[in-house]
Amino acid sequence: MNGKEYRIGVERGLPVGVGYFSVSFGFGAMAVAQGIKALEATLISVTNLTSAGQFAGLTLIVAGATLWEMVLTQLVINSRYALMSLALSQRMGEKIGVLPRLLIAFFNTDEIFALAMDRREPLTVPFLLGLGTLPIIGWSLGTLCGALAGSILPQAIRAALGVMLYGMFIAIVVPPAKTDRRILGAVVIALVCSCLFAWLPGLKTVSPGISIVVCTVAAAGILAWRCPVEEEEEG
Amino acid sequence: MRIYWYILVMALTTYLIRVLPLTIFRRPIRSRFLKSFLHYVPYCCLAAMTFPAILSSTQSVLSGALALVVAVVLAYRGKSLIVVALSSSAAVLIVEQILRFF
Repeated sequence: MNGKEYRIGVERGLPVGVGYFSVSFGFGAMAVAQGIKALEATLISVTNLTSAGQFAGLTLIVAGATLWEMVLTQLVINSRYALMSLALSQRMGEKIGVLPRLLIAFFNTDEIFALAMDRREPLTVPFLLGLGTLPIIGWSLGTLCGALAGSILPQAIRAALGVMLYGMFIAIVVPPAKTDRRILGAVVIALVCSCLFAWLPGLKTVSPGISIVVCTVAAAGILAWRCPVEEEEEG
Repeated sequence: MRIYWYILVMALTTYLIRVLPLTIFRRPIRSRFLKSFLHYVPYCCLAAMTFPAILSSTQSVLSGALALVVAVVLAYRGKSLIVVALSSSAAVLIVEQILRFF
């Protein structure tokens, strides 16, 4: 275990851990309001570590849906993780074995994935586990606190904290889009696509999970077709 | 008791989605198209998730829009991840306090 690599990972994961705490705080409060026990809500967060999937899962549990409906919904909403895991797998290289991969896969959330891909140096197992440490703690602890505190915190503060995650996405996307026109192009196509899904009457009913997958595949597909990256600059 | 089945099924489905591509497709991809595709995936995915969702993530569209503008401007100027995130969060808090008076 390389302590320095682990420490770098933990440091980079700090803002995500803080952001997760606030978002999962909302999840915990919401779950309890719908009749889920605090420990059950926390168990969902500890075992799932995903925002959109959990919010949708909570709705299904409360509605008493079938287990198959649960499988289908999670498959659709979380299918983007398959793309991310595939991209991460390429970046990790062949040296990292199956066992660490089984563990690292669990931590592959949108934000942790973004931080991992953002790293210039080769990815190591301690670094990746370090990245996941504070986010899983923040996510679980936030859920527990939110469930216990209920709705004591004013909505204004919860909303403001929730925006932090979007702020982090923006901080990751803007700098490379500024210097690389192809990435800017990919981002613009993805944005137009997600606006269509959000605002067009017919497409509005499509679940957010599917819309993210369609926009990602469309934008990345068009750019890969029109502007393939050179051999030495991939990743 | 039933809730534990839900949680188990949720967790297992989500984990399988994450773990299969990470353990099965381990050899380097040769296809230039697929490599390029995966190169663009994170930016597209993050962009699609952020906008327009950020506009409806707060109590008013105005505060969500301001959070977006603040984050884009600071990120464009090369500010660090946490500065960008905290500033957009602060923008929301301030705007929503001001909006209370209208």
